Amino acid sequence: MGSTSVNRRDVMKRAAAAGLLAVPAVGALTSCASGGGEENKAEKGEKSKKNPLGVKADAGLTVYIFNGGYGDKYAQFVTDMYAKKYPKADPEQKPTEKIATQVQPKIVRGKPTADVVNNSGADQMNPGKLVHNKQVADLAEVLDAPSWDDPNVTVRETLVPVVEQMGRFGGNECYQLNIALTVYGNWYSKKLLEDGLESEYPKTWDEMLAVCKKAKAKGIHGWSYPGGHPRYMFFSMYAMFAQRGGRDVTTAMDYLEPNAWKHEAVKDVFEAWEELVAKKYVLTGFDGTEAHTEMQTAWTKEGKCLFVPNGSWVENEAKDTTPKDFAMQVGATPSLDSGDKMPFGTLYSPAGEPFIVPAKAKNRQGGLEWLRMMYSKEAALNLFKEIGSMPVVKGAIDGQKLPSGTASAQAAIKAAGDNIVIPQFMDWYNELFREDFNNMIHKFMQGQIGPKQAMDTMQKASDRIMKDPDITKVKKA
Amino acid sequence: MPPRFTPERVRYDRRYRTLDKYRFIVGFLAVPLAFYALFVISPFIQAIYYSFTDWSGGPVANFVGFDNYEKMWNDERFWDSLRVSALLLVIAPVLTLVLGMFFAYMITSGGRHRRGRAIAGVAGSSVYKVVYFFPQVLSVAIIAVVWGRVFNTNSGLINGGLDKVGVDGPAWLGGDETLGLISLLTVISWSFIGFYVVLFSAAMGAIPKDIYEAALLDGAGRARTFFNVTLPLIWDTVRTGWIYMGIQALDTFAICLVMVPPHVLKVTPVFLYERFRDGQYGYATSIGVVLLFLSMAFSLIVMRVGNRDRIEY
Repeated sequence: MGSTSVNRRDVMKRAAAAGLLAVPAVGALTSCASGGGEENKAEKGEKSKKNPLGVKADAGLTVYIFNGGYGDKYAQFVTDMYAKKYPKADPEQKPTEKIATQVQPKIVRGKPTADVVNNSGADQMNPGKLVHNKQVADLAEVLDAPSWDDPNVTVRETLVPVVEQMGRFGGNECYQLNIALTVYGNWYSKKLLEDGLESEYPKTWDEMLAVCKKAKAKGIHGWSYPGGHPRYMFFSMYAMFAQRGGRDVTTAMDYLEPNAWKHEAVKDVFEAWEELVAKKYVLTGFDGTEAHTEMQTAWTKEGKCLFVPNGSWVENEAKDTTPKDFAMQVGATPSLDSGDKMPFGTLYSPAGEPFIVPAKAKNRQGGLEWLRMMYSKEAALNLFKEIGSMPVVKGAIDGQKLPSGTASAQAAIKAAGDNIVIPQFMDWYNELFREDFNNMIHKFMQGQIGPKQAMDTMQKASDRIMKDPDITKVKKA
Repeated sequence: MPPRFTPERVRYDRRYRTLDKYRFIVGFLAVPLAFYALFVISPFIQAIYYSFTDWSGGPVANFVGFDNYEKMWNDERFWDSLRVSALLLVIAPVLTLVLGMFFAYMITSGGRHRRGRAIAGVAGSSVYKVVYFFPQVLSVAIIAVVWGRVFNTNSGLINGGLDKVGVDGPAWLGGDETLGLISLLTVISWSFIGFYVVLFSAAMGAIPKDIYEAALLDGAGRARTFFNVTLPLIWDTVRTGWIYMGIQALDTFAICLVMVPPHVLKVTPVFLYERFRDGQYGYATSIGVVLLFLSMAFSLIVMRVGNRDRIEY
C-alpha cells in the first residue's frame, strides 16, 4: 500500500507556492475586458411636429443627477415634465454624489444605464476622455430642434452663446450642455463691509489690502481659505490673470503653450496674493472634506471673515446659516494697477452644471428630449427658483424678484459685458486644475512656496500634459 | 493508478513513484487550481497585458510597448506617491508589530507572579484582548471618516483637547505632509494592532510554561524573558506578520483616499485610482503591475532576511 507516498508537507508546499501569487497589493487591477464596438440599438420613435426628436413614447428613461449644492429637485421638475408627456415611459431619476463611480463603468462597458447625466461634482467623469472615446453623443440634434416654447425658434437660439462654446472640445460638435450661469469672484456681506467696516467694495488691490487691514483691526480676517478644497482660490484668481495680461494669457493656458504660466501677468497676480497671505489676512483651519461649508459658516453665521472665494451656488448652499440681513454680494476681482489690459469688472462666469448624453444610451432620443425640456422657459424658471442660479435660457427670469446674491451676480454679468473669461482648460485637461493647481495653490496659501515656484509648478504640469500621449489635445481652431 | 492495479515491475521504481505522487497531488488540486487560475491568475495576466497598451476605457487598446512605464519613470507625481508608500512600508510594520507584540506580551506574560503562577497576563487581560480587536471589526471607510473628524483642525477631538490645555493644535490633515503622514500612520497602526495582538497572543500562548519557569528560576526579568525566550520562539509568526503588514501598508488605499486630502499627500494606490478616474486605464494598470512586483519583492526579501533556524518545542 505504501506506493503512493505523498506527505502532508508536499501538498502544503505547493499550496503555499500558489498562495504566494495572490499578493493582494493589486486589488485595483481590473479584470474587465474592453468592450466591443457593437451597433447602437437605441430606441427610436416616429418624428413629428409634436415629437421633433423622435422619442419612443414607452421607452424607459434614467436620469443621473449630481446631488450637491444644487440638490436634485430642479431636475425632478424636468423628469416630471417628461413623465407627463410620456406617461408610459415611467422616467426614473437617480441622485448621487458619485457620478463617475456609478455611471462611468457602465459607459465604458458600452452598456450605459443612464440616458442623461449631470456630470458634475468632485467625482465627475473626465469629459475630454469621454469625447475622445466617442462615449458621449453629439448634442447638435437638440440644439437644432425647435424649442419647447416656440416651434419657430431653435433651442440654440434660446441659449446664451457661452453654452455651445463650452460644449465643444476642439471640433464643431457640441458634447456637453450646461444649464446655469455661474459667477465666480469675491463674495461678501454688504452689511458687514459697508456698515461694519464703513468701506466700499475694493476696486484695486491697494484698496483690497486697506480693507483687509481695517478688518484686522476689528478682529476680522479679510480673507478666507477652504484648506480642504484649495482649488476655490482659483475662483478669485482667474479673472485677475486675464485682467492683468489680457486674453492672450488665458488662451495660452488653454492651449498649453510653452511658458503660458510664466507670463509677467501671472507673476504679478501671484505676488499680489502672496502679500495677502504674508500679512496673515487669511482665515485658515478649514481642512476636512467639508472645508467649504465650514468656511461658509464662519463667514455667514460667525462673521469671522469678510471675503470668500466662491461661486454663485454659495447663496443657496449657505442658505441655512445666512442671517436675513446679511446682504450677500459678489464682486469682480480688483485691478492691480493702471497697467492692466482688461478693465475692472472682468468676470469669470462660465455656464455650469454640465449635462451629457451617453452615445450608446438605450433611450438616447429620450435623453435629448429631456434636455430640450430642461431648456424650456418653465423649467428654466423653476431652476432659478430651486437653486437661485441664473439659467442659460435667455430672458427666463425677467421680471422676477431676485435674492441679493443673484441680483448682484446678474449685475456683475451686465457690468462685465464682453469681458467674460472662461478657463477652457478645466474641461479639456481638468487634471491640470483638479490636481496640479489644487496641489500647488495649497502650498502657496500656506506660504510654503512663492510666486516663482507656483509658476514653475504650473508650467511643468502644463508641459507634462502637452507631452502625455494619453491625453487628447485640443488644437487652436 | 491505485496500488492494486500498479504493475509489479514498476511498483518499486523510483520514477514511477514520483509520477504517482504527482498524479495524486494533481487529483486533489486540479479543480481548485483551475478556479484559481481563472479568477486570480488570469486577471493578473490581463492586467499585465493592458499595462502595455494605451487603453483608455474605449473599445480600442493599442499596444504601445513600454511607453506607460517610461511615462511612469518620468512622472514626478508617481515618485511622490511612491515615496509616501515606501515610508509607510518601512514605518507602519515596525510601529504596529512592536506595539502589537508589547500588548500581546502584557496580556499573556505581563502579570508575572500573579496567583503564584510563573506567567500570567496583567489584570483584566481578557478584557483587553477583546478591546484591542474592536478596530478590526469596523469597516475601513468608517475608520477613515471617524478619524478624519478626530483630526479636524477646528472642531476635532485632538485639537479640542489641546485647546483645553492651552495649546494651539496644528492642522493635522490640512497642512504639512509630515503631519499628514503621522496621522495616516496612527490610523493604520490603530486599526491593525488588534489583529497582531491576537496573532501574537496565540503564538505566545503556545510556548510551554516550563520554559518560563526555568527562566524565572534563573532570575530573568521581564525584558530578558521577552528577548531571550518569547521573541525567538514566536519568530516565524513575527515574520509572517511583517510581510502581511508590509503589504497592507503598501496597499493603504481607502484610509488615505477618504481621510487625507489628496493635495496633502497620497499613496501609490490612490495615484493609481486617480489615473483610472481620468480614463488612463493603460497607465493605471502599469502602476498596478509595478505595485505587484514591489510587494512580491518585499515578501521575498523579508522571507530571506528573516530566515532563522526554527526552534522546536
